[in-house]
Amino acid sequence: MIKPDHITTTTCPYCGVGCALQLHVKDDFIFKVTSPFDSPVNHGNLCVKGRFGYDFVYHPKRVTTPLIRKVKQEAGGRTQAFDLSEWREATWDEALDYVADRLVEIYKRDGSDAMAVYCCAKATNEDNYLLQKMYRALFRTNNVDHCTRLCHAGSVVALQQAVGSSAMSNTASQVIMNDVFIVTGSNTSENHPIISLQMKEAVEKHGAKMIVVDPRRIDLVDFAELWLPLKPGTNVPVFTAMAYVIVEENLVNHDFIDDRTEGYTEFLATLEKFTPEYAEELSGVPAGDIRKAARLYAKAKNAAIYWGMGISQLSHGTASALALIHLAFLTGHIGRDGTGLNPLRGQNNVQGASDMGAMPFHYPGYMRVDNEANAAKWEKTWNIEPGGLSRKLGLTTTEILGHAHEGGIRSLYIMGENPMMSEPNLNVTRQHMEQLEFLVSQDIFINESGAYADVFLPATPFAEKDGTFSNTDRRVQRVRAAHPPRGQSRPDWQILCDLAKRIESRLGPFDHTQGRLATAKWDYSNPEEILREMASVNEDYAGITYERIDKVGLIYPVPDMNHPGTPTLFTESFPRGRGKFHVLDYVPVREEPDDEYPFILTTGRLLEHWHGGTMTRNSALNEIYPEARVEIHPADAEIHGIRNGDPVKVQSRRGEVVMRATVTEKTTVGVIFVPWHFAEAAANLLTNDALDPQAKIPEFKACAVQVFPARESDLANPEAVLERGRY
Amino acid sequence: MTEKLTLIIDGQEVTTEQGKTLLEVARENGKDIPTICFHEATTANALCRICVVEVEGQRVLQPACIVKAAANMKVQTRSEKVVRARRTILEMLASTMDLSEAAEIQQMMYEYGASSSRFPGAERRESDVKDDNPMYVRDYSKCLLCWRCVQVCADDAQYTFAINFDGRGFETQIGTFFDKTIPETTCVLCGQCVGVCPTGALKPKREYLLEQGMSPQEISVLNSGRKRRKEKPT
Repeated sequence: MIKPDHITTTTCPYCGVGCALQLHVKDDFIFKVTSPFDSPVNHGNLCVKGRFGYDFVYHPKRVTTPLIRKVKQEAGGRTQAFDLSEWREATWDEALDYVADRLVEIYKRDGSDAMAVYCCAKATNEDNYLLQKMYRALFRTNNVDHCTRLCHAGSVVALQQAVGSSAMSNTASQVIMNDVFIVTGSNTSENHPIISLQMKEAVEKHGAKMIVVDPRRIDLVDFAELWLPLKPGTNVPVFTAMAYVIVEENLVNHDFIDDRTEGYTEFLATLEKFTPEYAEELSGVPAGDIRKAARLYAKAKNAAIYWGMGISQLSHGTASALALIHLAFLTGHIGRDGTGLNPLRGQNNVQGASDMGAMPFHYPGYMRVDNEANAAKWEKTWNIEPGGLSRKLGLTTTEILGHAHEGGIRSLYIMGENPMMSEPNLNVTRQHMEQLEFLVSQDIFINESGAYADVFLPATPFAEKDGTFSNTDRRVQRVRAAHPPRGQSRPDWQILCDLAKRIESRLGPFDHTQGRLATAKWDYSNPEEILREMASVNEDYAGITYERIDKVGLIYPVPDMNHPGTPTLFTESFPRGRGKFHVLDYVPVREEPDDEYPFILTTGRLLEHWHGGTMTRNSALNEIYPEARVEIHPADAEIHGIRNGDPVKVQSRRGEVVMRATVTEKTTVGVIFVPWHFAEAAANLLTNDALDPQAKIPEFKACAVQVFPARESDLANPEAVLERGRY
Repeated sequence: MTEKLTLIIDGQEVTTEQGKTLLEVARENGKDIPTICFHEATTANALCRICVVEVEGQRVLQPACIVKAAANMKVQTRSEKVVRARRTILEMLASTMDLSEAAEIQQMMYEYGASSSRFPGAERRESDVKDDNPMYVRDYSKCLLCWRCVQVCADDAQYTFAINFDGRGFETQIGTFFDKTIPETTCVLCGQCVGVCPTGALKPKREYLLEQGMSPQEISVLNSGRKRRKEKPT
């Protein structure tokens, strides 16, 4: 038995659930993680990542010294350097001066449009606020985005259009108050494990009925009343056919529609063709099951919808989310406890990073950048001359790299993200990365993206810094350092303050013609001062202080210092006034299967890994799930002569990867599944970079592929052993 | 509105609501009843019997963690009979298992004057440390069969059902189906079981390695490039 030197209470750095962690520390080493049983979020339960997946902090490959590339990188000829021999160690002064020099040189030469930054949904609210502030206040650009674009952008845009707010309307722990709930496009057991426990509890102990709408036979199906295995990308017809049934059988909540919504008549006019039979033809889901699902949901006293990326990651992701929103409007299942529209946010702090304005169209607090009054508020806060901030909407994540060329984006600053794993169609992403003139990586490991950088700034992971994360149900919680930073690494907020001061001084002193004032303020003695500056303008956070969130956090909106938080939104009205019905049509996925590429590839995540793998592939988690596997249905496997464990080449029009097959009924006929965590068999080499026209989210969830038997020698790591009996 | 009822605990009249267990009522009124297998996050099963109390009119001692308070009950939480039963339970535990990491139970032994040599020559429940996955180890020499791990793996939390009781009588042990290694079972390695283990029988791998004398640095290198075996044919 090891007696800890101390126990640090903090928030899990993996998914959006935001579980409370107690880090048991001995000699600056976390040897054990527990969770308090009275935690309101996770009740003492954790998943494998939260309880055991913190060893990346001590991995020998973690970089803890600032690095500069030995060979100067040029636009067009940029290369990846994973090996430390291609880098030289630098002091912080040298590295930060170099970054400031190069960024300012490019800014002075090519202006704001040449500058871009990826913020980070893993980093704290304070880190993200500072980084977007640095780019907006100093480089006067809104080319600020982060991976929310790749995950729930479709949901965010749809919710903004229909209700005027984009977070979960209710908390995840309210799932036990549901009588009926729909889970769609979310493999909750693997991606939000603790919420899946609450869903199972709702079914097993509280008599709730669960409807799973998903192309895969995910673990939750074992607990479901109904499973609707739809063809990927047919959400709009399936959910709109449910709306059809609700209207046809007069299960409509007329009072709610009259009092709280608009556009119902126009919506009705377009509903006619969406019969369950039409939806069956497109989706493969039996019309009878669509009817049953519609009745269950509409007749319930309290019903809610929980959804994941299967809804949003489509070239019509916005429309998919709107189809769900319509169900809540028709039935009035929103605005009360145990109901709601609940997009399960992926990253630990993707909600927070979005709240902090790490997006190209919004300042912190979802204040549009093209609104004069909003801009004026931030100009005042940041000591910027009136009219100084850019009113132009910035570029999104995928667009930023797409504009990496002469006359476009010349420099990119990446904090913690890994676009070389997370972007669609990676072969093209690679070409874009090579075109950058200057690239900074602020991270803990040299990942596939950082390997392209000119400068590597070693930041600290969650265990070595203070701040806040905002979880999927809008609960703002504390992050606390368990021990000092390793080596010379520094917390992100300190790196950013130091760098911003150097950039500001290079941009020149106060200039009467330009109007730049003395400083936008970069002297913070602690992260709470950063949060308070943000909260002075962002009303949702106005009543949040570190003292108030010390124990269990607060659920925003928290408009003042005495406000207890707001677990359930929209009880009286929607932020935009009335909820707006939208007219929808069925738009197929951009690339449908054909003779040459007969399978639909859908991508997703695994319980044991996290996104681009920067953390989990440098952890013992990689030992229990060391390799990518393509899931293929037994019927399809037989036709192609593929046995369980065989090496298989998966090919799309954009790329190919080789990995072993798992022959399983977890996937449906005609659909294959590949997780996207594994660089040596990167699923995103295959995916389609077609974008949703409004949300700009890529179509990760459906593209056409073919499979071929491959040889053992084609595998990147034929020795890897996958020995798992779990679902 | 829950109905109120009155009962007498250790001579003191207390009022409580219908449906509460004797343990809950006693604790609400500042009476200390020791527990071992009981945990707030799991279903009480009265397995260890350390929480027994004497209820007037009942032939045998009653486990406070599951017996509901009833009107006019007369309960003694520290009668001689109760103390002797608790002491004997502790002595039997101490003579058959390794309590070296069960600080709370050691404290109880001191409090109840229990002697670990009460049953000399008793056969001990010994087993090797099971180290079959990178996340946690299982040392069933330290297991007192409280059932918490089985319950959180089942419908008290995880709904995974990877472990259960195995064997009968003295041979009873917590095990996996067909004695498979943990990664081969339905286990999702959530470690809920580790979180509720009261005796250190279940332990994070990294804590175990520190105990074995490895340094943090040695542990960190360990999982960064382990050689892999060839996959078994399926």
